[in-house]
Amino acid sequence: MNLKELAEQIRDRFSNQGVKISASEIEQRLHSLVDDFKVPTEEASRSVVAYYSKLNLQQVSASATEVIYSKIKDINTEDKWINVRVRVVQLWEPNSPSIAQVGLLGDETGTIKFTSWSNAKLPILKDGKSYSIRNVVTKSWQGRFSISLNKASEITPLDEEVAVGRAEEEISGTIIDIQSGSGLIKRCPECNRVVVKGHCAEHGTVTGLYDLRIKGVLDDGEVVTDVLFNRELTERLTGMTLAEAKERAMEALDQNVVADAMKAVTIGRYYIVRGNKTPRWLLVTDFTEAPQIKDEDISAVLARAQELL
Amino acid sequence: MALKQREVARRLYAKELQESTLFYKEHDDAYAPQYLLTPTGAKCNRVFVVGTLTEKENVGVDADYWRARIADPTGVFPIYAGQYQQQAVTQLSSIEVPSFVAVIGKLNVFHADEGPVKVSIRPEFINVVGAETRNRWVLETAEKTLERIEILKQGGENVAKVHDYYGTDTSPYIAVVIEAVKTLVKES
Repeated sequence: MNLKELAEQIRDRFSNQGVKISASEIEQRLHSLVDDFKVPTEEASRSVVAYYSKLNLQQVSASATEVIYSKIKDINTEDKWINVRVRVVQLWEPNSPSIAQVGLLGDETGTIKFTSWSNAKLPILKDGKSYSIRNVVTKSWQGRFSISLNKASEITPLDEEVAVGRAEEEISGTIIDIQSGSGLIKRCPECNRVVVKGHCAEHGTVTGLYDLRIKGVLDDGEVVTDVLFNRELTERLTGMTLAEAKERAMEALDQNVVADAMKAVTIGRYYIVRGNKTPRWLLVTDFTEAPQIKDEDISAVLARAQELL
Repeated sequence: MALKQREVARRLYAKELQESTLFYKEHDDAYAPQYLLTPTGAKCNRVFVVGTLTEKENVGVDADYWRARIADPTGVFPIYAGQYQQQAVTQLSSIEVPSFVAVIGKLNVFHADEGPVKVSIRPEFINVVGAETRNRWVLETAEKTLERIEILKQGGENVAKVHDYYGTDTSPYIAVVIEAVKTLVKES
């Protein structure tokens, strides 16, 4: 692709976001970078896009007396700068040191994954708190949208609470396994990652803080779903508090007794589980044991069987 | 390579398992999972069953080897647990007979010389459960069995295989469902 075509492509990309830049101006910049500064074309393109993004941003924030907030359900394009009013629904463990925070944000229309990059040095979002977040960029991966918080993002805590719509899934089935890494675990006090043998992948040897969780497998006879219960829900599911779990582990001199005890009260039982879907996990927000079967259920099945005969 | 998908735990009655003898692999690979195709078209590698533990015995000579029987309203699931099912061995040794138990396990096939194929369950986990879980399993298994029969009638994935091997008459399995579900009706 020559620089003229590249310039037109960049122009189109910005015009999709409602920003008018002339292609010749873009081309000029590209030429300068490529010819005078001997920058590879790819890097030149990136540099120009970054330049106009920043400019665009300043214009947006300068001109905006009234900020327009996007609704989460309306997020359907990539690389768009938007503002959101959201509540922090869930925070996950970042799997890379370049990520400061990762989790789910929600508004009344749904929830969306967010990533806050370490180099953006943004204030830390707290679980359950509501914020106005300006200048975030939409991203898409495998058909799912997310938003990315960057150096230009502005976070303002809100006094009122943003209601979060139920973009949750409800599934039912049997817990047929509890995976390793469940039960009594330790987390790094710095980054909340799980500490393995006193060692945090990011912060080295640390004194971990105890926590409870269950990485379970829910099976309905057709599909299996990995379900993640946080401490509060694990305590409710198993009837074992963190304090009791610690006590048991110390008595047995073995952390595994906790997971074993949890297996004994959950595996083989039927549950209805509600939660937020991520590619790998259903992050459980609520659950109940399946209710006792009713007479109507029995007669319905009998009728269905008779019909097939 | 994509993560290997965990095998779903299928629901079926003991009567249907007893009459299932068609084992197959989807690939020639020695490590490819083996499936049992049942007369209603269930493709099973792992199963989830709930019933009454009616017998258990450690028949091992040098090491633990437990044999147990779990009854549902239609028949019995034979269970064998040895040194590679340590968790289940420990659980079996402490569970009292009779108790309602839930079993998650893989199917095991035994070809006796000249004799019929015998299918048993190699348990991964055994847990004592309450009557409400047992009743729910009986009902759920009825629903799953009927669903499979409905799919067979509409011509699903393994229909030809099932029909060639077991024939086309599914009415005995509908009768099994009715028999099982009737045990849930409270006597008044």
